[in-house]
Amino acid sequence: MSAPPVESAGYPPAAQAPPPSAPLQALRDSGAVGLGAFPMGIAFGVLVVHSGLRWWWASVFSSLIYAGSLEFLFLGLVLATVPLAQVALTAFLVNFRHVFYALSFPLHQIKGRAARAYSTFALSDEVYAVTANEAAQSYSSRRILLLQGFIHLYWAGGATAGALLGSIVPARVTGLDFAVTALFTVLAIDAFRAHRDLPVLVLAVICALIGRVALPGEMLPVAFLMFTAGLLIRYALARRRRRSTDA
Amino acid sequence: MPEPGYLITAVGTAVAVTWALRALPFAMLVPLRSNPLTGYLKTSMPVGVMVVLALYTLRDFTPRVPDRAWPTAAALAVTVGLHVWRRNVTLSVAAGTAVYAVLASTAFA
Repeated sequence: MSAPPVESAGYPPAAQAPPPSAPLQALRDSGAVGLGAFPMGIAFGVLVVHSGLRWWWASVFSSLIYAGSLEFLFLGLVLATVPLAQVALTAFLVNFRHVFYALSFPLHQIKGRAARAYSTFALSDEVYAVTANEAAQSYSSRRILLLQGFIHLYWAGGATAGALLGSIVPARVTGLDFAVTALFTVLAIDAFRAHRDLPVLVLAVICALIGRVALPGEMLPVAFLMFTAGLLIRYALARRRRRSTDA
Repeated sequence: MPEPGYLITAVGTAVAVTWALRALPFAMLVPLRSNPLTGYLKTSMPVGVMVVLALYTLRDFTPRVPDRAWPTAAALAVTVGLHVWRRNVTLSVAAGTAVYAVLASTAFA
C-alpha cells in the first residue's frame, strides 16, 4: 500500500515524504462517512427483507438507486405499487438538493468519459460531504473515484449484509422503519446548524402541516412546492427591500 | 407483493431521475455559481427539505393511537437530544430506532 501514486504529474508534488497512495487516501477520506453509511445500509437491508422482498432486492436498490434517503421512501412506495409517475416525482423532490452539489463537486478533476459518468452517478450526500472543502478541489481523479467507490461499497455492502441478517431478526420486532424518521430529523438538525435560519425552518414546518391537512395523499409534492415558492417570495422581498434602502 | 417487472421499472425510474439531477447541473448550473439566488437556495433548501421529509415520515402520527404515539414521542426525544449532545448521526439514528423498536415491540405491542 506504500507505493507512490501512479499519476502524480497532475498536481503539485509534496514537499518532503511521498504522499500516501490514492487508495489509502480515499480510504481515509471515506472512513468517517462509511461509519454512518454501513449501519444505515444494514437498517435498509433489514427493512427490505422484513417487507417480504427477497434479500437481493436490497443489493439492487442500494447499488443502483444509491441515494440513501430516497431508498427508504422508495421501498414504501413500491410496496404500495404506486404509479411510476409518483416514483419519479418523489425521486425528483427528494433528490432535488443534489442539483446544488454541482456547484462544489470537483468533477473537473475527473479524467475520462466513463469515469465522469460514474462520478456523477455516484454523487451521493456522503460524497458531497467529504468533497465540499477547498482541498478536495485538487484531489486526483483516482482519489475521488476511489473514495466514491468505497462509499458506494459501504452502502450497498451494508444493505446486502442487513438483508442477509434480516431473516434472523424475528418478524415481531417492529418499528425499525423509525430509522427513516430519525435520519431525516438528524439531517435537519445538521442542516440547521450549518445555516441557522429560523424563518426557513418555520416555513418548512408550516408547509408540511398544510400539505398533511389539505392533501394527505399528495403531502410531499404540495409541501415542497409551497416551500420552494415561499423561499422565492422571501428572496424577492429581501431583494426589493435591499434595493429600496440602497436607493 | 409487487411484481418483479414493476420493481425493475420503478428502480429504473428512480435511477434515471436521480442521475439526471446529479449530472445535468454540471452543464447548466456551473455558470450560475456566482448568482445570488443560486447561493440563497443552496443554503436554504437543505434544512427545509429535511424537515418536510421528517414530517412526511410522521404523517400517520396521531395522539389517538397511544400505542404508536408514545414510542414515537420517546424515540424522537432520544434522537434529538442525543444528536444535539453528541452530533453523531449514526449514534443518534441507531439509539432513536432502538428505543422505538423496543417500545413498539414490547411495552406497546
